[in-house]
Amino acid sequence: MARFENVLDSCGGTPLVGLPRLSPQAAPGQPGVRLWAKLEDRNPTGSVKDRAALWMVRAAEQAGTLRPGATILEPTSGNTGISLAMVAKLRGYRLVCVMPENVSAERVQVLRMYGSEIIFSPAAGGSNQAVALAKQLADEHPDWTMLFQYGNEANARAHYETTGPELLRDLPTITHFVGGLGTTGTLMGVGRYLRGKVDGVEIVAAEPRYGELVYGLRNIDEGYVPELYDATVLSRRFSVGTRDAVLRTRQLVEVEGLFVGFSSGAVCHAALAVAHEAVKAGRRADVAFLVADGGWKYLSTGAYGGTLAEAETALEGQLWA
Amino acid sequence: MAIEVRIPTILRSYTGGAKAVDGAGSTLGDLLVDLDAKHPGLRGRLITPEGGLHRFVNVYVNDEDVRFLAPSGLTALDAKLNDGDTVTILPAVAGGAFGLAALAALCLTHPAAPPTRPTLPPI
Repeated sequence: MARFENVLDSCGGTPLVGLPRLSPQAAPGQPGVRLWAKLEDRNPTGSVKDRAALWMVRAAEQAGTLRPGATILEPTSGNTGISLAMVAKLRGYRLVCVMPENVSAERVQVLRMYGSEIIFSPAAGGSNQAVALAKQLADEHPDWTMLFQYGNEANARAHYETTGPELLRDLPTITHFVGGLGTTGTLMGVGRYLRGKVDGVEIVAAEPRYGELVYGLRNIDEGYVPELYDATVLSRRFSVGTRDAVLRTRQLVEVEGLFVGFSSGAVCHAALAVAHEAVKAGRRADVAFLVADGGWKYLSTGAYGGTLAEAETALEGQLWA
Repeated sequence: MAIEVRIPTILRSYTGGAKAVDGAGSTLGDLLVDLDAKHPGLRGRLITPEGGLHRFVNVYVNDEDVRFLAPSGLTALDAKLNDGDTVTILPAVAGGAFGLAALAALCLTHPAAPPTRPTLPPI
């Protein structure tokens, strides 16, 4: 930590903290197994997406596709929208967010605070209608630009050039990196970097497994794999259900004092799985996992209190990661 | 003991609405053949005409993606199974929040940066 000329310059450089109480204990005489958490909630807007937003905007500026005063269209209400709102504000762009009208009040307030314009699509139409509305807006405004984080290589590059090197600098003995799988940008960037530097490093993906409502596609061909995804970067890929994600999220608060979002609980679950395997096999392991954001934005789900079953019900049908 | 197979909503028309069915087989490929005998047509939705696992289908054995479990040099369908395993079939919806196929199509027509695979150094 140091001083910076402005808040954008303070993006990244997040702490890596040991989790001595959560790390599984190796038997006496056996090599140690340690868990580490990379705290990406310590970024300017509180999530790992600040890195991707900043790098995508810079890349578009360098490519000449984003000029002063330009408008960015972003069909999301998630962390990327909040990060882009901050970057757009500071670099002089207008941000238009398209989202279903049933997103949480906190998100709308944060986006408006940063000066973003919000165009709501009817809640009943869900995300499909938000996309349809974004498409209509894009057709009406051919000069607006979309950064499309799922297929924008600057998203992965941000992690190749910053998150990966930070991890290796702080933990030269790293044996496993575990991250959440969404756009795949973090895992592709960090994974490529570490594989080029650390022999035998394992890159492990934790993918949220939502309630059934989320998988309500009409047929298999409507599925989607992000353009950024390259399976050869990964060593393993876990599917983590809501209950396990909630369990680990609570354990992180209770045992290590870390208040994180549910996606980080899912990632922690996969990290614990590989850590316990290493203990069983008598192998040394330094397992670093990525905490994408803090728990604040998810308090209104109600899933931080009550029993695990109640928390699972509270998150049913929601995109908790 | 058998292998429990969890079926996603969109494929339950093949299992009479059942959320989970039992199957048998020593590899994923064997299991799908066994399932297809009891639930005709199911296998065809998961396997491409070329014989590989469909790109938009993810299969997990005990919560781990089968594409990373196959013995080296073999395909996902060669992944070994044991009695008592749980196999979960899910459509690929990475990110989930938006109709991503639709969004991708939209961004292809209005790109700030056209979708690309990272041009980072090879592994």
